[in-house]
Amino acid sequence: MTQRIGPVALILAVVGLVLPWVVYPVVAIDLACFALFAVSLDLLFGFVGLLSFGQALFWGGGGYLAAIMLARTHVDASIAIVVGIVYAIVLAAIVGAIAVRRAGIYFAMITLGVAQIQYFSAFQLTDITGGENGLNLHSRGTLFGFALENDRLYYYVALVLIALAVWFAVRLVRSPFGGVLSAMRENETRTVALGYRVNRYKLAVFTIAGGLAGLAGALYAIGNHLAGLEMVDWHTSGAVVMMTVLGGIGTIFGPIVGAGLFESLEYFVSKMRAFDLFGVHVPAIGEETNMVMGFIFALCVLLFRRGIVGEILARVGKRREPH
Amino acid sequence: MLRVVNFAHGAMYMLGAFATYYGAQLFHVPFFAALIIAPLAVGAFGILLETTLLRRLYRLDPIYNLLLTFALVLVIEDVMRLLAGPLGSPYSTPDALGGVSNLGFTLYPTYKLFVIVVSVVVCVAAWWIVERTPVGARIRAATENPVLVRALGIDVRRLVTATFGVGVALAALAGVLAAPTTNVQPSMGDGVIIYTFAIVVIGGLGSIVGSIVAGFALGLLQTIGAVVFPPISTTLIFIVMVIVIVFRPAGLFGKPETSG
Repeated sequence: MTQRIGPVALILAVVGLVLPWVVYPVVAIDLACFALFAVSLDLLFGFVGLLSFGQALFWGGGGYLAAIMLARTHVDASIAIVVGIVYAIVLAAIVGAIAVRRAGIYFAMITLGVAQIQYFSAFQLTDITGGENGLNLHSRGTLFGFALENDRLYYYVALVLIALAVWFAVRLVRSPFGGVLSAMRENETRTVALGYRVNRYKLAVFTIAGGLAGLAGALYAIGNHLAGLEMVDWHTSGAVVMMTVLGGIGTIFGPIVGAGLFESLEYFVSKMRAFDLFGVHVPAIGEETNMVMGFIFALCVLLFRRGIVGEILARVGKRREPH
Repeated sequence: MLRVVNFAHGAMYMLGAFATYYGAQLFHVPFFAALIIAPLAVGAFGILLETTLLRRLYRLDPIYNLLLTFALVLVIEDVMRLLAGPLGSPYSTPDALGGVSNLGFTLYPTYKLFVIVVSVVVCVAAWWIVERTPVGARIRAATENPVLVRALGIDVRRLVTATFGVGVALAALAGVLAAPTTNVQPSMGDGVIIYTFAIVVIGGLGSIVGSIVAGFALGLLQTIGAVVFPPISTTLIFIVMVIVIVFRPAGLFGKPETSG
């Protein structure tokens, strides 16, 4: 497995390093954060078979908490990020304890429902969250005394943290712990029969995934100087599911590719002007990018469910089907 | 019922409202005619989606159907946004149902009364069809064990398609009913679908009685919540959902299942 994943990791590392010189650094920050966000979802969906449709809960939660810390207390960015992660982990532990009692569609709906609680809270607690306007940051603060205002510098700091988190995720799924997860996904009844307490494993993964999403969200919010309602919206939960599936579930690196592709495509489509295709007038789509993203995603679900990286791996190696 | 979670249900609700609006604008379809025409039209669209797209995924994990319908929502909503603009259009209450009615103890807007009566009738009818008629028995049997039902010579595929179409038509009907009370806008299905999910989870998936009871009870609860402590009214339903999951994982009226 290491040999087969190796080249992908190498390519991603190179892309990660040159990215802020190719695209706007702030766009690069977004890409990197979404990549980790998608990896966190993949841990759940790809490796345990639990589809969280409320992952924005942790992404947005981490983002808001980090932003609140920076805006209100002027602590070091490292503390703000840690607070964001801790909040996401605690939240994930509580929500997970409820959600892992059910699987499949129920699990998706429960996570979605709980995420909505946070959405409405963020919307209504205007004193803390800024309500509809979101929470604006005047500066990114400092990290161990160093100012983070330079976008490229911030990108590389974020990249290091994100790379570490992804490395952690890869180590996790290849550990004996990860083996139990795969066993649960493939045959839960048998795993129970073997003496594993599956709900504890599910809860553990859910909590870890929540923490990773919290880190991604915190970095995203600080990077954009903004924690807004969009971060806790269920459309964001949906978008990250799309990224993950598009890239290939259960591959860890696939979702990173998916996130990159999704974000760039969305950017490209929104900038596209009206044009004529074989005499048919195609209007500029502008903000309505979901139409194109939804269409591509529908094709993906119907035709290549293994996702981009999943398909490639399946062609190259003898990788077994995710489901 | 069908073990298909239809994210697009909210979109169908929205389409129902839009069908009413455009019907009135372009063809001068009166409201009462729209009550029948719009659900039929949207139901037909739903059947088209089911036969061309959703059917391909039935042998897989139901989660893929959830994903596909989510994709459909995005497409349908944005197409409507491009066609109709994001802001929406008002649709006036039909004259016959305007004004208020005297209920003896209180005055109540006639239109809301009408909506309540229609939805009670439709809910009772849906429950009666599923639980008390031969067709309903077949639907329930097909949900339990499609292979066996097929062996008995019943066309399960057609049954599923028809049920799906009816479900979509009901969503559209709700959209028609909602058209005069809210602005007709492309994102109107968004909020509804999440509430609907919560209601279905609370009531128990596949239990019509459960959904109806939970739906009405929560509507009531939300109104009380809005009066007592307004900020919580939007989240109340999800809090109830969490409580129900903790104590009755299968939902209030659902049967415990062996595996998800």
